[in-house]
Amino acid sequence: MSLRVENRVLPGIGVCQELELHDGRRVGIVTRRDGHRDFVIYDEDGDGAAETVTLNEKEADVIAELLGAPQLVNRLADLQRSVKEVETEQLPIPSSSPYAGRPLGDTQARTRTGASIVAVLRDGSTHASPGPDFRLEAGDLVVTVGTREALDQVARILDGTSPPGTG
Amino acid sequence: MVLASGANGGSHIATLLVELGAILLALGILGRIARWLHVPVVPLYLVAGLFFGQGGLLSLSASQEFLRVSADIGVVLLLVMLGLEYSADELKSSLRTQAPIGLVDGVLNALPGAALALLAGWGPLAAVALGGVTWVSSSGVIAKMLSDLGRLGNRETPAVLGVLVMEDLMMALYLPLLTALLAGGGTGSVLIAIVVAVATVSVVIVLATRFGTHVTKLVGTEDRESLLLGVLGLTLLVAGIADQLKVSAAVGAFLVGIAVSGTVAENAVELLAPLRDLFAAVFFVTFGLSTSAGTLLPVLPLALGLTVVTAATKFATGYLAARRTGVKRRGRWRAGLALIPRGEFSVVIAALAVSAGVDARLGPLTAAYVLVTILLAAAVQKLPNRLAAARQRRSAAAPELV
Repeated sequence: MSLRVENRVLPGIGVCQELELHDGRRVGIVTRRDGHRDFVIYDEDGDGAAETVTLNEKEADVIAELLGAPQLVNRLADLQRSVKEVETEQLPIPSSSPYAGRPLGDTQARTRTGASIVAVLRDGSTHASPGPDFRLEAGDLVVTVGTREALDQVARILDGTSPPGTG
Repeated sequence: MVLASGANGGSHIATLLVELGAILLALGILGRIARWLHVPVVPLYLVAGLFFGQGGLLSLSASQEFLRVSADIGVVLLLVMLGLEYSADELKSSLRTQAPIGLVDGVLNALPGAALALLAGWGPLAAVALGGVTWVSSSGVIAKMLSDLGRLGNRETPAVLGVLVMEDLMMALYLPLLTALLAGGGTGSVLIAIVVAVATVSVVIVLATRFGTHVTKLVGTEDRESLLLGVLGLTLLVAGIADQLKVSAAVGAFLVGIAVSGTVAENAVELLAPLRDLFAAVFFVTFGLSTSAGTLLPVLPLALGLTVVTAATKFATGYLAARRTGVKRRGRWRAGLALIPRGEFSVVIAALAVSAGVDARLGPLTAAYVLVTILLAAAVQKLPNRLAAARQRRSAAAPELV
């Protein structure tokens, strides 16, 4: 089901996007050129705002990440269902992990297992497509895509039960 | 607190610094008061200027010349920022969709001002100027107001902003016309000024949409300092040339603002904003300074009458604009009331006219008029929603019959 998003240009200010929710209520997001966002809940009349929350750039980013993180994982889950034998798992970095505080490249996960690390979830925010110099921290969840066997290998590498540099 | 003026010759710079410092400090305090009272600061600047002006409390000597130049730069900065905030595409699409309402807006709101000037016997030049004063709503005051009231997401807001864009665009034609008329040329030179203005505006909008990136590249740089100097330099240069060509410096600056686009424009807005705040404040104060507080009282009844009439015509404009976009009645009311405040453009027009020797009463009249429209608008903005809420409460309190 796709929602219809109505766009309104606000000359000199930015753009307003409005949509109707499943319960018939309408909400809108104003994206201002200066980076501020307004989250608008429309009144029963439908034309005006009943409530407007103005977010600065940082606040908007955090909220976008909170709303978007599960979405990424869901999409991966969908992907996994469509491609047989490929699975997705969120693998934890325990504090005992030899890679806590080290760059992702050090794990050589792809070279050693064939699995891909597509994102790292940390403190509710998502770091998509992390590069080899992305520094892992204890408590991270590493979103990994691969065969069952490869995922098990990556899990062992990350928690330190598979000796580094071999295999 | 009369400042020692014309003290011994060697301390000219000292007097200048003291006067300038006192003025800016006073403006800073006014800004705080405005924030505290939740009103726009522009009318307070005007009033401050009036009370410290000729015959007022403060007699300025050394800083007068500096203030006059700063005021001119203030106008140029107000206009370049306006241009920077609109993209050429926005202007083009507004022109396509909003032209009819722009016409209604111009006719409904310019005529009352022009009629008053003619009835008062101030002459046709004053009529053209006062027509401009009552025509243009303040995009600065209104954008701030809509944002503060949390109405940017409202359905009627694009209609309100559309009217403002059309007015700002029309100013690119009106200001050269006024400048040519004030310069006292015959029909020929006025026609030339209009043709030049129309041609320049169209060329700049076409250039900005097709080749905006080249102009942008000319001044665009990673370095904040060179970006500031580049944009400011280009603006003053073009404004100066436009003034030389009698197209009005303000319009030249506006066009530079339109031509610069994208992230360079966004960065330039950020960098120029503090400069605009400083010089525009000086412009508003200087406008007030040039008229004494004593001249304000005699024109106050005129200003009030003009406000009543042009608040009604502006309301009608906003109501129609919102209805065109399919907004329901409460939204139309909000749109109508939102457009009432007049501001920076009215003052720019009046300053141009008065400095060219049109009836001096135009100055205090405009100052009082801008002040009253802004205060009136601030007082009535929440009315439509409050009335609707009251009606709801009444119907909820009514005993149920079933």
